[in-house]
Amino acid sequence: MSEGIIQPDQPETLEGDGKDLFSKFDDIIALREGLLASGQEDPFNLVMEKVLSPTRAICNGRETILLGTYNYMGMTFDPDVVEAGKQALADFGSGTTGSRVLNGTYQGHKECEEALREFYDMDHAMVFSTGYQANLGIISTIAGKGDYIVLDIDSHASIWDGCAMGQAEVVPFKHNDIEAMEKRLKRIPEGAGKLVVLEGVYSMLGDIAPLKEMVAVAKKYGAMVLVDEAHSMGFIGEHGRGVVEDAGVIDDVDFIIGTFSKSVGTVGGFCVSNHPKFEIMRLVCRPYVFTASLPPSVVATAATSIRKLMHGSNKRAHLWENSKNLHKGLRDLGFQLGTEEPQSAIIAVIMPDLERGAAMWEALIRNGLYVNLARPPATPANMTLLRCSLCAEHSEGEVSQILEIFEKSGKEIGII
Amino acid sequence: MDRAEVDAKIRELAEPFNKKGVDIKEETTFQNDLEFDSLTVMDFVAEIEDEFDIIISMNQQAEIENYGQLVDAVHKLQADA
Repeated sequence: MSEGIIQPDQPETLEGDGKDLFSKFDDIIALREGLLASGQEDPFNLVMEKVLSPTRAICNGRETILLGTYNYMGMTFDPDVVEAGKQALADFGSGTTGSRVLNGTYQGHKECEEALREFYDMDHAMVFSTGYQANLGIISTIAGKGDYIVLDIDSHASIWDGCAMGQAEVVPFKHNDIEAMEKRLKRIPEGAGKLVVLEGVYSMLGDIAPLKEMVAVAKKYGAMVLVDEAHSMGFIGEHGRGVVEDAGVIDDVDFIIGTFSKSVGTVGGFCVSNHPKFEIMRLVCRPYVFTASLPPSVVATAATSIRKLMHGSNKRAHLWENSKNLHKGLRDLGFQLGTEEPQSAIIAVIMPDLERGAAMWEALIRNGLYVNLARPPATPANMTLLRCSLCAEHSEGEVSQILEIFEKSGKEIGII
Repeated sequence: MDRAEVDAKIRELAEPFNKKGVDIKEETTFQNDLEFDSLTVMDFVAEIEDEFDIIISMNQQAEIENYGQLVDAVHKLQADA
């Protein structure tokens, strides 16, 4: 407080030559301004003015094919899903205004968890408000101080943040390297709690993990295993349960984390497990407790969508066809891809550098195609990637059109 | 292994990562002087871990800024192992 009105409460000039807490972002501000100064449309500021279908939207005034939405199964405009949402909105209102453990558990949340238990054929399911919170909450709650988390270096941000929040010892290993993983597990002090965190599909390159081998190694060293199947739900594995199902190890993993914001087509996250004590998570997991639950319309659309995905084998087959066709087409055009063979519904096109990657992204959007631009530091090996995620609703004709746009744009930019 | 032996071994392992041929002293920092990015750090740490059969967790890595601190940490970890 001021001793007198002549004296200001604070020094009149800030110390440190105009530096403040935002100074740490100066490099990234400069990078972004440099990119935009070259006349670029901002890749991270795209607005979809109108969404026509799971595969089409009006972006910056142009009709655009969507190839970067993770809307793998195209459920966002499914009439049953939309109807379930409308009904719940009318019957239960726009939001719950409360935590799951207080006033935020409606019948719809229980029905959604029931649908997940059936989908995965597991004993327990817990719905979070986002996929990010599902990883953050489960990982930080089960692995605490003194425990060890062994994880792939290319893990998603939500996994890293969960590790940091729980204060466990964090031990990363080289991407998909079974031997590197085993060496680290072997060195963990005896008696320490161990959690291995893996992903079914890694979203940057669209490659899958060798889960059969990795889960076996983890079990050999007595570790619990958590697998994030965000990018595989609904179309990998016989019942769409993910890479864990395809690799035949679903019964050996302790936790599967997933999201509603990709194949399910809405927003939210979840964890399913057979652990007999799993239900205690609802009381001890802070990102579950200290946030409002999903709106009734969201859980209603999610539950309807999950139940429809149980019977989605035709759509699944078509999505695989799309993935194969796009992968082959892009490779034939001379683009460098993230995987030798298509392993998921993500095809990553590797760009020579950030400048040409951004230019290519802009050429694609100008020519009517939206893909994700991924750049360092979010990418492995500091690559610049154009990530394409296919949808079961993309027609064969659309995939051909996509390839034409890639060819035209690639020639304009001079990278093919 | 005494500290000098640990130092000699780590120096040898660091060589292929020291692309600019920086003269490594105790106070040489990995981020600013050697300009290691996160991937280089991971590969370098993996080499050390394998050589000494230890774990240097990310939490421990966060405490290590310069070369001398790394040698101290590895010296202690391999003695405890």
